[in-house]
Amino acid sequence: MKKAELVIVGGGPAGLSCAIEAARLGAKVLVIDENERPGGQLFKQIHKFFGSREHQAGVRGIDIGTKLLEETAILGIEVWLNSEVVGISKDKHIWVVKDGKTSLKVEADKIVLSTGAIENSLNFPGWTLPGVMGAGAAQTMINIHRVTPGDRVLMIGSGNVGVIVSYQLLQAGAEVAAIIEAAPRLGGYGVHTAKVRRAGVPFYISHTIKRALGTDRVEGAEIVALDAKWQPIPGSEFILDVDTICVATGLTPLAELAWTLGCCFQFVPSLGGFVPDHDQYMETTVPGIYVAGDIAGVEEASTAMEEGRLAGISAAAALGYLSGEERERRCGEVWDRLNSLRSGPYGEGRRKAKELILSTEGGIACDRAI
Amino acid sequence: MADQPETYICRCEEVTREEIEAAIKNGATTMNELKRWTRTGMGLCQGKMCSKNVSRILSEATGQKPEEVLPSTFRQPVRPVRIEVISGHD
Repeated sequence: MKKAELVIVGGGPAGLSCAIEAARLGAKVLVIDENERPGGQLFKQIHKFFGSREHQAGVRGIDIGTKLLEETAILGIEVWLNSEVVGISKDKHIWVVKDGKTSLKVEADKIVLSTGAIENSLNFPGWTLPGVMGAGAAQTMINIHRVTPGDRVLMIGSGNVGVIVSYQLLQAGAEVAAIIEAAPRLGGYGVHTAKVRRAGVPFYISHTIKRALGTDRVEGAEIVALDAKWQPIPGSEFILDVDTICVATGLTPLAELAWTLGCCFQFVPSLGGFVPDHDQYMETTVPGIYVAGDIAGVEEASTAMEEGRLAGISAAAALGYLSGEERERRCGEVWDRLNSLRSGPYGEGRRKAKELILSTEGGIACDRAI
Repeated sequence: MADQPETYICRCEEVTREEIEAAIKNGATTMNELKRWTRTGMGLCQGKMCSKNVSRILSEATGQKPEEVLPSTFRQPVRPVRIEVISGHD
C-alpha cells in the first residue's frame, strides 16, 4: 500500500500552494487531482489578478499557475493526475480511482481537502437544453480548449465570474447579447464591469430568465423584469436572440468527502452554503483533516493560495517539521496577508463570514456520516 | 425562480418540481426522504447539481431554515465507480 505523510486532495491554487509550503518544510507530500493537468481553474484565468503586489496583483492567473507548477516540479512533489479520491476512512485510508480503471489505497498521516467548488445551476424551463451551461464551463471551452460555445450569448449573473467570462467571450469572438442580474444592482468589480459595458454589452438589473426557447438546442431566451419583491412583472417579457445561455449565479463548496468523514459544518450563505468548520490553522473538527480554498468558503484564487499555505504550514508542524512557535510566526504572516486581501467593499463581508466560522464553537451536523 | 411545475430540478434522474412538491405534501421533511421518495440526487452527479435547489424548495415549502435542511447523506464512493474497478480493490 502507498503511504504518504501528507495527501492533498485537489491540485488547484490552494492544493498546490499547500504542497509547496509543506514540501519546503520537509514533509513527504502527494497531490491527487482528477484532471489531466494540475492548476485547477488558474489556467483558464487569463485576466490579471487584483490585490497588492505581494498578492501577485497584475499577474494573470495562468502565469501564477505556471509558477506553481514549476515550484512543484523543483521540489519533486509527487502529483497523481486523472485520479479521483472517492472515499476516505476515519483512519485516513484514501480510496483512489486512477484513470477510471484502477482502484488504489493510500495511507496518509494528514490530509488536506482542497477540492474547490461547483457552479450553481438555475432551473428554468429549457435549462437542460444543449447550449445552457455554467459560465465557468464556457470559460474552460474558450480559454483551455479554444472553442466558442456559441455565437450569441446571454450571461445570467453580473458578479465577477459573469463579467469576466463575458469579456473573455468577446475576446474569443462571440457576441454577448446581454448580462442580466436579478438583484437591483450589479455584482462585479467596477473595473471588469466597466470594460464589458464599454464594449457595448447591455446590462439589465432586476431581470431574470423566464425560459429558454428551442427544441433541440437553445434558440433564444425570454427575459422578464422583476419588481421590488423579486416577482416577475407581467407584460415586461422580451425575447433575446441567443444560442448560448451562461449561468453565473455563484458556487457551492465541494465538501462531500468532509461530510463522509463526519466533520462539523457551518452554514454561511455568503461563502456558498455548508462549509466544513475549521480553525485558524485550517484544521477541521476531525483531527488531521484540513481544508483550504473554495471548499472552506468560496472566495478567490488569491485567498485560496494563502489558505493553502496555512494548511501546509499547520500540517507540516503537526508532522513534526516545525515547532509550535515557528508555526505561529509563519501562520501569523499568512493571516496578515489574508486580512488585507479580505478588506474593502467586497472583501470585508468575506472577512466577517470567515471570522464567524473561526469564532463559532461547534458546528452543525457533526459526525453525521456514520 | 422561474421554474415551472414540470421543470426538471434533478436532471440526472429527471425529477420535476411538482414531483418534489408532491413528496413534500405527502410528508417528506428531509433531503434523505426526498431522495428515497423521488430519486433526486441519486444519479450520476450524486446531487452536486440539484441538491441546493431541492433544499430551497424543501425549505420554502416546510418553513425550515436553510441551515436546518441538511444535504442527503454522502457515502463512499462519492463518485460513480464501475463495479469491475471496485472488485479489483486491494
